[in-house]
Amino acid sequence: MSDLPRHFSAIHESYNEKKISPAELTQNYLSNAKSSRHNAVLTLCEERAMDRAKSLEKILKSEGSVPQLKMPLFGIPLGIKDVLNLSGVRTTCGSKILENYIAPYSATCLERLENAGAIILGKLNMDEFAMGGSNENSAYGSVLHPTHSDRVPGGSSGGSATAVRAQLCAGALGSDTGGSVRLPANYCGIVGMKPTYGRISRFGLVAFASSLDQVGPMANSVRDVASLLEVMASHDSKDSTSSPKAAGEFVRQSQAQADWKKLKVGIPKEYWIGGLSPDVQKSLGEALTFFKAKGATLVDISLPHTEYAVAVYYIVAVSEASSNLARFDGVRYGVRPQNAKDAGDLIEFYEKVRAQFGAEVKRRIILGTFALSSGYYDAYYLKACQVRRKIAEDFELAFKKVDLIATPVSPTTAFKLGEKVTDPLQMYLNDIFTIPVNLAGLPALSVPCGQDQSGLPIGLQLIGPAFGDEKLLQVANGFEKERSE
Amino acid sequence: MNSAFDLVIGLEVHTQLATETKIFCGCAAKPKAGQSVSDLLPNSNTCPICTGHPGTLPVMNRTAVEYAVRAGLALGCSIELKSVFARKNYFYPDLPKGYQISQYDRPICGPGFLEIETSKGSKKITIQRIHLEEDAGKTVHHSGYSVVNLNRACVPLIEIVSAPDMNSPEEAGAYLRALHSIVTAIGVTDGNMQEGNFRCDANVSVKPKGSKELGTRTEIKNVNSFRFVEKAIEYEYHRQIEVIQSGKKVVQETRLYDADKNITQSLRSKEEAHDYRYFPDPDLISLQLDAKWVEQIKSTLPELPHQKRKRYVEEFGLSAYDAGVITASQSLSKIFGAALGLVSIRNLEVKEFAKGISNLLSGEVARLMNDENKDLSESKLNESHLVDLISLLKKNEISSSAAKTVLRSSWESGEEVNLLVEKLGLRQVSDLSALLPVIEKVLADNPAQLAELKSGKEKLMGFFVGQIMKLTGGKANPAMLQNLIKEKLKN
Repeated sequence: MSDLPRHFSAIHESYNEKKISPAELTQNYLSNAKSSRHNAVLTLCEERAMDRAKSLEKILKSEGSVPQLKMPLFGIPLGIKDVLNLSGVRTTCGSKILENYIAPYSATCLERLENAGAIILGKLNMDEFAMGGSNENSAYGSVLHPTHSDRVPGGSSGGSATAVRAQLCAGALGSDTGGSVRLPANYCGIVGMKPTYGRISRFGLVAFASSLDQVGPMANSVRDVASLLEVMASHDSKDSTSSPKAAGEFVRQSQAQADWKKLKVGIPKEYWIGGLSPDVQKSLGEALTFFKAKGATLVDISLPHTEYAVAVYYIVAVSEASSNLARFDGVRYGVRPQNAKDAGDLIEFYEKVRAQFGAEVKRRIILGTFALSSGYYDAYYLKACQVRRKIAEDFELAFKKVDLIATPVSPTTAFKLGEKVTDPLQMYLNDIFTIPVNLAGLPALSVPCGQDQSGLPIGLQLIGPAFGDEKLLQVANGFEKERSE
Repeated sequence: MNSAFDLVIGLEVHTQLATETKIFCGCAAKPKAGQSVSDLLPNSNTCPICTGHPGTLPVMNRTAVEYAVRAGLALGCSIELKSVFARKNYFYPDLPKGYQISQYDRPICGPGFLEIETSKGSKKITIQRIHLEEDAGKTVHHSGYSVVNLNRACVPLIEIVSAPDMNSPEEAGAYLRALHSIVTAIGVTDGNMQEGNFRCDANVSVKPKGSKELGTRTEIKNVNSFRFVEKAIEYEYHRQIEVIQSGKKVVQETRLYDADKNITQSLRSKEEAHDYRYFPDPDLISLQLDAKWVEQIKSTLPELPHQKRKRYVEEFGLSAYDAGVITASQSLSKIFGAALGLVSIRNLEVKEFAKGISNLLSGEVARLMNDENKDLSESKLNESHLVDLISLLKKNEISSSAAKTVLRSSWESGEEVNLLVEKLGLRQVSDLSALLPVIEKVLADNPAQLAELKSGKEKLMGFFVGQIMKLTGGKANPAMLQNLIKEKLKN
């Protein structure tokens, strides 16, 4: 199992050297997926993936070697968080309400991955409708941590992070609304990125909070994450929030030598307030020392409105979610009473259908409905939008002084399944490191930087300015490469 | 009208824009000429976007925006270069997303106005705003179940909201007719009320005469003809007065008009006014228009009905009534314009012909349209018929009643006027040499009546005219006869 090539370049090398064929590799990954106990996979697309692999083999034969330029993801097996639509394949969003939903179209980002030669192995488990931080909110059972099965993998893209780390796929897509790619990447010891808002088309991404959601690539190396991003990121006319500046040379830039001496890394005082577990504190401290040793300058900065970020998020995100999830009414798709006589009148029908949402989803829908309601809109939603602007401005000002910002991703390593975080500071810190990034629409990633005493991974978060994805990847790549030297 | 109570009316009109595709997706909004999307097989004109499938996103239809701007410009509205789309959230089976994308506090068009003409004169009605939004599908209720057809979902609409400036059913009707003629004249909508692409909701309230405070209003929804709107408002006015006079309060609610019984009936209580939880749609970035583009649209506007009306009165001396009737109809305006064109080509007197033609149009043609419930465009009448008829009338070659007969015939068959006059034997005799002998004969044959006439009994003129008409087989020109007889009497 651990003999399988992990990195994309290693996979391509294996193909070129005829050490393994696309069909064989796909078969191996599929076997891993089938035999795994992590509950990371919701729908396995065996036939589809094998058909794909076989047609790629024909191309390999006629081309002689992997057509790197035309198909940069040739034969790379990927897992997709079950929040993205793949035509003809079930999408559940981790919810009972979509247990029988077959997507009638494919998300733009998935079309691009497949056009680039990727092989989609299946749809991965997640917190229901992307709401959660531990993947314990799925209607299909919790996902287990890839190496420590009594622990959570993080959420909401828990299935994606576990799948990559446990070699059920070579790379995966998650989605990040308040940290849902970075947190599980951090807990599971892989690289996970949320690009600048507008880089990757949201067409086909089931919406949780439209102004915060972004698709996020997850893989075993910065370079692989850059490869996935490059294939997906370019303007999509089907998404009005897709940026005309979307495309970039992410791979080439990520591999270029980071100019450490010129690098200014911001250390926001509102994020480094203690409360980190000793192992996390130590590991991150070592990371910062690395930057200094390389010649980068650490600059103390302040992001004064940080303390409001969680409140703003839990108003803006839930408000948008309450509206986005209104379409799940059982009329056109989804699980609904089959017999007219079981249905009752319209209200009874709606009640029966929407009772299928899990507790956390219901909680957020009700909260969001309240925050938008007449008499409360100004005090909550409107106010939250105004403070959000302030949070974004904090970052804009900071990026005049520094190139990147370094922060923890979470105060502890992965916690135990079922363990409720009761310490209020830790609960706060669990959210505060990742949420502001989504509010400001900035790019950020989690890159592995150590382990705790029990071998649980620790990650470092790097945040870049809007559309600074290339620089971000470059520094992260340098960190990853040169630290192991 | 009850003199103790004022009637206050505000009108909201939803009109479907005549774009090729829906407002946020590529599905057809206009399948075929004369066909509406609701005529198609149910749910055959949909896609994942307009049926609200998860993960889909709206993309704005540029033509819909252009048409909304066009409508705003034609109605004297300010055009907001930046406008915002908002979600109007509510649950109903024919609203696929569980919210309607509309505009709330930043609509695309700000205040404008519409001038209306009624029996009491001119009045300016303020238009508060115009905004863009998507239509919902259609739900049909049967016994024990309901069915939903989403063919119409996501079709573009503009909502035109008037201020509560109207005070009589006549004013409401005039406003709707004027509004309809403008939006159809500029081509942004087909405005077909029967097909539901020009819908009117009337907000009606009463207040004690002269009072400054408005009363509680009710909303009468989806009445599908101008006439019915007037009748519904009339009924509602009296109903509300009755309620108040019996000591009760008018309930704020939605009512439907029953055309058969001529009454309005309560649909649902608006007491618990629905909270739509409006917030800016995060999938559509705010709409930013280029001022130059707006100017360009303005330059493509055709002459509007009220501008035309003014010009017809000033340039051609038409009566206000005639000008009003002609400009209110696309087909009448068209034929009038064509007729004047023909008049110039034939080097005839434009002003004289204009008056004559307008009389025919506002009189006999309008009557035919009404009687046969047909538009002029569905008949075989064209501008050459009109010009030929007026030519003949001016030369006294036919009587005005003969002209009506010929017009009706041309309306049916399209036959050329001169041919019809010959065929039907309607050519009037105005030739003196033919008439004088007949007159002399009749006068000579009726000495008794002649004596009475000479002695001042004017009535007998009719007798002599009748006798002469009999002898000429009805072809004598009756107007000329009287004068000729009078001349003869002098001798």
